[in-house]
Amino acid sequence: MTLVQQQPPSAAQMHWLCASMALVIVPHLTRLPLWAGISFALLALWRLGIAHGHITRPARWLRVFLVLAILPAVYLSQGTLFGRSAGLTLLTALAGMKLLETRCPRDAYVVTLLGFFLVITHFLYQQNIAIGLYMLLVVVLITATLMTIHGHGMSLTPIRRLRYAGILVLQAFPIALLLFLLFPRLPGPLWGLPKDAYSAVTGLGETMSPGSVSRLGLSNAVAFRVEFEGPPPPTAAQYWRGPVLWNTDGRTWTGGTRGPTHRLSQGNGDGNGIHYTVTLEPHHQRWLFALDLPVSTPHGSVINEDFQLFKRKQIRRRLRYRAHSRLDQRPRNISTLSAARALALPNGAHPASRALAQRWRQESDTEQAYIQRVLAHFRQQPFYYTLRPPRLAGDTVDEFMFSSRRGFCEHYAAAFTVFMRAAGIPARIVTGYQGGEYNPVGEYLIVRQRDAHAWVELWQADQGWIRVDPTAAVSPSRIELGMDATIPQALGPPLLGLADNAAARELWRNFRQSWDALNNGWNQWVLGYGMERQRQLLARIHIDSRELTDIAIALIVSITLSLGLLALWLWRRRAPSDPVLRLYGRFCHKLKRRHIVRGPTEGPLDYCQRLVREHPRFATEVTEISRLYMDLRYGSKQVDIGLLRRAVKAFRP
Amino acid sequence: MHFGLTATIEDPETCELLERIVQQVSTVVLGKEHATRLSLACLLAQGHLLIEDIPGVGKTTLAHTLAQVLGLGFQRIQFTSDLLPADILGVSIYDREAVTFKFHPGPIFAELILADEVNRATPKAQSALLEAMEEGQVTHEGETRRLPEAFFVIATQNPSHQIGTFPLPESQLDRFLMRVDLGYPGRSAERALLQGSDRRALIHTLEPVLDVARLMALQRQTHEIHASEALLDYLQALLDYSRNAPEFHTGLSPRAGLALLHSAQAWALMAGRTHLLPEDLQAILPAATNHRLRWASNVQGTDSSASAHLLAQVAIP
Repeated sequence: MTLVQQQPPSAAQMHWLCASMALVIVPHLTRLPLWAGISFALLALWRLGIAHGHITRPARWLRVFLVLAILPAVYLSQGTLFGRSAGLTLLTALAGMKLLETRCPRDAYVVTLLGFFLVITHFLYQQNIAIGLYMLLVVVLITATLMTIHGHGMSLTPIRRLRYAGILVLQAFPIALLLFLLFPRLPGPLWGLPKDAYSAVTGLGETMSPGSVSRLGLSNAVAFRVEFEGPPPPTAAQYWRGPVLWNTDGRTWTGGTRGPTHRLSQGNGDGNGIHYTVTLEPHHQRWLFALDLPVSTPHGSVINEDFQLFKRKQIRRRLRYRAHSRLDQRPRNISTLSAARALALPNGAHPASRALAQRWRQESDTEQAYIQRVLAHFRQQPFYYTLRPPRLAGDTVDEFMFSSRRGFCEHYAAAFTVFMRAAGIPARIVTGYQGGEYNPVGEYLIVRQRDAHAWVELWQADQGWIRVDPTAAVSPSRIELGMDATIPQALGPPLLGLADNAAARELWRNFRQSWDALNNGWNQWVLGYGMERQRQLLARIHIDSRELTDIAIALIVSITLSLGLLALWLWRRRAPSDPVLRLYGRFCHKLKRRHIVRGPTEGPLDYCQRLVREHPRFATEVTEISRLYMDLRYGSKQVDIGLLRRAVKAFRP
Repeated sequence: MHFGLTATIEDPETCELLERIVQQVSTVVLGKEHATRLSLACLLAQGHLLIEDIPGVGKTTLAHTLAQVLGLGFQRIQFTSDLLPADILGVSIYDREAVTFKFHPGPIFAELILADEVNRATPKAQSALLEAMEEGQVTHEGETRRLPEAFFVIATQNPSHQIGTFPLPESQLDRFLMRVDLGYPGRSAERALLQGSDRRALIHTLEPVLDVARLMALQRQTHEIHASEALLDYLQALLDYSRNAPEFHTGLSPRAGLALLHSAQAWALMAGRTHLLPEDLQAILPAATNHRLRWASNVQGTDSSASAHLLAQVAIP
């Protein structure tokens, strides 16, 4: 049927092709410049118009012009021809052009290959379950399209064609799984992602200013997940330590301690405390988060004087690390230099607050009394804890303390620190996360961006840096119950009105926890399946993944084995269950080894006659076997199958 | 033996008898042994035969010779564009003496009818013949008259691209069990034809081998040929392929399936077997499906016939 192939793809084939290309591009639409999406749609429609005979094919000069126009268009909209989004734009536009100029099956094959390639490009942006499943469906669709172009299965209904394509994809699954598990993992990604891949990642920043933490308040994005090796500590004690801020210009707090990293001296490695494993989402910063206070450094990381953990490089991939913390430990180190820094306030800033602080300090007998007085002020005066504090235009602390009185944790932490410093108590701000949501399905804690928090550490000569959380004074539930209790609308889509319905809230919570557990499994075992996991897994079957030869042998053996199993299964399915047919099959097989092959459409009589004619030396046996076979299989008389069995057994061509 | 091993012959008498018929016909119709066999098989399967070819290749001779050798009453109807149904079925004429209408049966009331150049007649006349073929009876002025029990139509037609033809519609083509092409004779057959005496005269020198009663007995025997499950699997595989494959315009109908089975049974009977073999189906399939199977419109430039393609694509299970 080679002649059928020469024709241009039919309208039905073009429908399949255009539909599969459109579906593969749809998720990219938010990333593509508007013109690229529109031009792809127009080119596809144009091609469909040609297929239906409404429009003529574009002239050659027009096609050349369009292709040449793509490059400047990409350059103008993206500013470059390289990188991830420029490449994607280019690819999409060219795929549209290729679709337009499709005139023979070969072109159509090229388009489907482009489609498969476009499937891969999605994983440069997202690697979650949803996109994985969607792309699986798209792969099935493209495979069905490939079948359609090839002319096979044209008689099948679309549903059956898709089913057939699904079976094909399913058949590839064992090999894909083996390659996934066994293919040597590299320490980094296989190829570097283009630089622009890291823009627009939300997360806690290096600095803090009014609004920088509350900005995260509505973000459900996961910051990290924690598996505890024992019972989890109470929510009120779950302070996840991040960047420590010392310096302020009156509005923005910056700067941790740079300089030499600190060697841990206290409580290192003793059996007490809390052991846990953190799976940190990539946040493109160097620091790690640990429960206050980390007492040992996770593998491959360092710690500075502020007890902040660091990696050497930015964290661009999901990172898993085991950490060890003690809730009863406080940092006990301060130098004269840092004591001075912990008291510094910018000249002339917050005059009203400073005056009030000094007055209160003089009225208080002890530092403790003073601290309590400031906290009591927050508690007793009408301060509100809100995600949407008013914008502060003038002196942030004074305005917050005396007029707006509405703020998120960063406002309270900053104001409290100013009050402490103004009264001569060394203070610094610690940012990080507080609390989180325990997922009983997967038995781990999820810490989301909206759990971002800021609190204060004060230096007390006898106790070291003690933690004081002014937010707790204003909104105790925030600390004791977590963010969910404080801001109920964060629980679910606000439009659903879930906040009013306890049962629905419970249902929503269960659903969300199961979904997150699923995602966590995906992250841990699919995306997080790196060198380390591979080594652990292979060690269980006594293969050392560091030995490339071992891996290569395992790969070859297992793939051969699975192909062998598949072949065996196919052979068993082919092998007839009818004993008569099986015996005749053996007879034919014996002849096949003598290179006398029976054609699939050659009947037993024809085959027998051919054998007798061409190979008269075993005419008798062949005739006898064929006659017995024909009688047994096609005849109506009772014939002893033993005769055929013996004859076939004795047959030695 | 032409087809089959001696070892497979279970009914040598019938085999020899039928072989003798073929040989007798072949003395007149030269070099057309396969077509003769197919025609005989068609007759044994109680089906009607369509012979399509250009004029002058021996269509009429073949039909006439078959009638002579089988000992059947023979009538020939030459189809023309002005042929009326009454010319085929018969007319009632007023009988003065009996003071009543008397039915004068038409040429259709014979055992073997040769409908010559059937596509030259108008569709009205064509359907009169084809309805009689299908029903086995003629209804004239409210009175139903049965046709002879052994009733066999051989219709010949000119290739439809010739001038002055009304091509038979597909639904009517389906009523013929087989369509056989004769084609030009081979070189040696033609030489014998050129040297020999007049074919028409020869026909009358032939002795009938059968009579109507024996022919009907053979037809009953044909129906008893055993079709095993394995063979029906093959037959259904062929039908399924014709229905599902994109290269055919339409698949084979259930009637075509029955036609295949019955013709194959006749073929097996002629080979002296009491059961069907896949080869029987393969032998008769082109003749039984050529007029039923058409290439789909997107299949172009292929020389092979659709039925040959069908045979080549379906493996014997």
